Amino acid sequence: MNIQPVILWTDALIFALLVGVLVLAWGISRHEHLRAPWGVVARRPMAMGAALVLSVFVVIGLLDSLHYREKLAGSQADKPHYSVEVLSAFDALVGTLRTQHEKTYSAPLAMQLYAKEFVEHDGVTRREYPRLQFGGAHLDDAASRMPDITRRSAVGLAQGLALSLLLFGVLAGWQAHRTQVSLGEWLARWGEGRLGWPGRTVVGVLTLLLLLAGVLVHLATAYHVFGTDKVGQDVLYISLKSIRTGLVIGTLTTLVTLPLAISLGIAAGYFRGWVDDVIQYVYTVLNSIPGVLLIAAAVLIVQVYIESNPDLFDNAAARADVRLLALCLIMGMTSWTGLARLLRGEALKLSTLDYVDAARAFGVSHTRIISRHIFPNVFHLVLIAIVLDFSGLVLAEAVLSYVGVGVDPSMHSWGNMINGARLELAREPAVWWQLGAAFAFMFTLVLAANLFADGVRDAFDPRMGSRR
Amino acid sequence: MLAYLLRRLLYAIPILIGVNLLTFALFFVVNTPDDMARLQLGAKHVTPEAIGRWKVEHGYDKPLLLNSAAEGSAQFTDTIFFQHSAAMFAFEFGKGDDGRDIGNEIKKRMGPSLAIALPVFVIGLLVNITFALLMVFFRATYLDLWGVVGCVVLMSISGLFYIIAGQYFIASLWKLLPISGFSGGIDGLPFILLPVLVSVVAGIGGGARWYRTIFIEEIGKDYVRTARSKGLSEVRVLFRHVLKNGMIPILTGAVVVIPTLFMGSLITESFFGIPGLGSYTIDAIQAQDFAVVRAMVFLGSVLYIVGLILTDLSYSWVDPRVRLQ
Repeated sequence: MNIQPVILWTDALIFALLVGVLVLAWGISRHEHLRAPWGVVARRPMAMGAALVLSVFVVIGLLDSLHYREKLAGSQADKPHYSVEVLSAFDALVGTLRTQHEKTYSAPLAMQLYAKEFVEHDGVTRREYPRLQFGGAHLDDAASRMPDITRRSAVGLAQGLALSLLLFGVLAGWQAHRTQVSLGEWLARWGEGRLGWPGRTVVGVLTLLLLLAGVLVHLATAYHVFGTDKVGQDVLYISLKSIRTGLVIGTLTTLVTLPLAISLGIAAGYFRGWVDDVIQYVYTVLNSIPGVLLIAAAVLIVQVYIESNPDLFDNAAARADVRLLALCLIMGMTSWTGLARLLRGEALKLSTLDYVDAARAFGVSHTRIISRHIFPNVFHLVLIAIVLDFSGLVLAEAVLSYVGVGVDPSMHSWGNMINGARLELAREPAVWWQLGAAFAFMFTLVLAANLFADGVRDAFDPRMGSRR
Repeated sequence: MLAYLLRRLLYAIPILIGVNLLTFALFFVVNTPDDMARLQLGAKHVTPEAIGRWKVEHGYDKPLLLNSAAEGSAQFTDTIFFQHSAAMFAFEFGKGDDGRDIGNEIKKRMGPSLAIALPVFVIGLLVNITFALLMVFFRATYLDLWGVVGCVVLMSISGLFYIIAGQYFIASLWKLLPISGFSGGIDGLPFILLPVLVSVVAGIGGGARWYRTIFIEEIGKDYVRTARSKGLSEVRVLFRHVLKNGMIPILTGAVVVIPTLFMGSLITESFFGIPGLGSYTIDAIQAQDFAVVRAMVFLGSVLYIVGLILTDLSYSWVDPRVRLQ
């Protein structure tokens, strides 16, 4: 065995979540009335396009959650030693992107360093922009850079286009066979948007993604597409690594607090009386503390705990990971109140309905009434809350990192990228690419999430139906 | 009315006690003062004497809840809980790590915070309502559709981006306004413009979309149909009927944040160098000055509860059907 798998806390939770989602999806697909609203989502072009973009992020995030440690080259077979550095399947996939370090800043697609240095040429020392070690290293002179970039982009575009055409062909053939129409007829329906699902949008977004991937792959092998940061790391690599952090914060935060919000919210609305009073008191107290301050206070405390118990964590990655998980827990603790209040109101309404009264009259137990009659009827609220919270949480991470209570400084995250680079705009010429890349990635993820959330909300919220 | 107000004020007390106990637990029980001292003095190579000295300096050298060494009522008063947590009810916040009185700092810094937060609140409300009404007026057209998409796009941009881009382009590149700083009186106007502009623009996406939903919900109601069937023009229906009724949820949603305007905005104030409460808080968090953070938590929850009470009062003011008893 040349590698030793490492399962961090968040990895375990992410894959538990994945299994949960798959089981849920399987359950939903077997019931017509549960499947129907998802069918509405699937017919909305914006939602489906957004879902495709989201799934790219999710795949990268999942690959980045398969962690392992490499065996050190010099260690014996019977007593292997493993590197302290924790890598992931994603690192293995991108290969040299991780290891090709420059000295310091370099602009996107540059072949020279950002800052001048003393360089020796045949015994003469001159002050000039030194060549990069990896970025554009295969070029002879600066004049051949632009043609090379154009050529590589063109090849990437062509390959992306070819791949998407191939996929489209396969899709068309399969769909035509499935719906038992001729290929020409299916293409005509696709072109007119009469498929019953947003075929044009899906194919369009897929083509765009493949074109982008083609260009990126061809350029990233020879250049730093988004430049390099202060210590010379590839910005594209860091941005891609940050995806996992964003996804973890967006999903686990809601996940860890769902049990709390659901049980307390429904209990308050269903049992009323003193139970309601106590639960309302608890969430008014939590609500009245300004969110950022509560998060800051709790994170400072976790920090103290981690620093005073260094022996609990065997490597830096585990420490950063526990801090990330703590951040999710803390953010969740401050944000469950909104959902709980919503569920309380709904449960209050539902528990006065006739069928609940009937169930009570038959002597059905409270747990059974709640699980059979109340919970299924508030589930759409839970789902809407999950998708709506996601984008807000991703954005909050950047703000919290700026305040200094975000994820561990050693962890790749968009917040840390922005925080590290925001003062560099004042340099001349401005170092903009790190900020630009972080904001662009964050924007894409959040926009896709928002559009998808809109689709889900419109399909599941009964109040929305009358407005369309 | 007065009885209702009194009851609400009484109800606020247990909530503030809860906040107080929670912060006390977070700051003194989960983390002992020893931990705090170690964090402040650097985690490694700290002598017990240095920790003891730090605790005496900050007044943390007493027992947490019960001082058995003292006599009479001093058993309860000469404790960390009484002197650092319970004292907050009298707005006695003590001193920060820099030795300055926290209460004085709060008084001094409220003004600058309000100078930013109040214009942002008022202008933001007006701008958002205007955009929302425009979208509602052109509802179910492409203008409305793209307006909503535009809102979602604006919402998806990080708040930090608005600030950084605003500072870079408007202040640094085009040199239209100073990049940061503050000064009192009329001289301070140029310093205020940029943060206000940036904050208002950053809020448009979420705000306009939210208000649009409220107006759209309102426009489907019976009285609107009646107004239309009377032959009123669409503009008149929109401004006289829909706007008025839509203002009920909007106003009551806005009233709750009015008191918290005093707290300022952490990020805006820190980026633009405004000497308000927001930058005070952020500095305290970064310097791990627990006394200041604790004081701000308490102040924030007091203001929030005031906001809740104001919300109830404003309900009965804008909606005559609501009676407070």
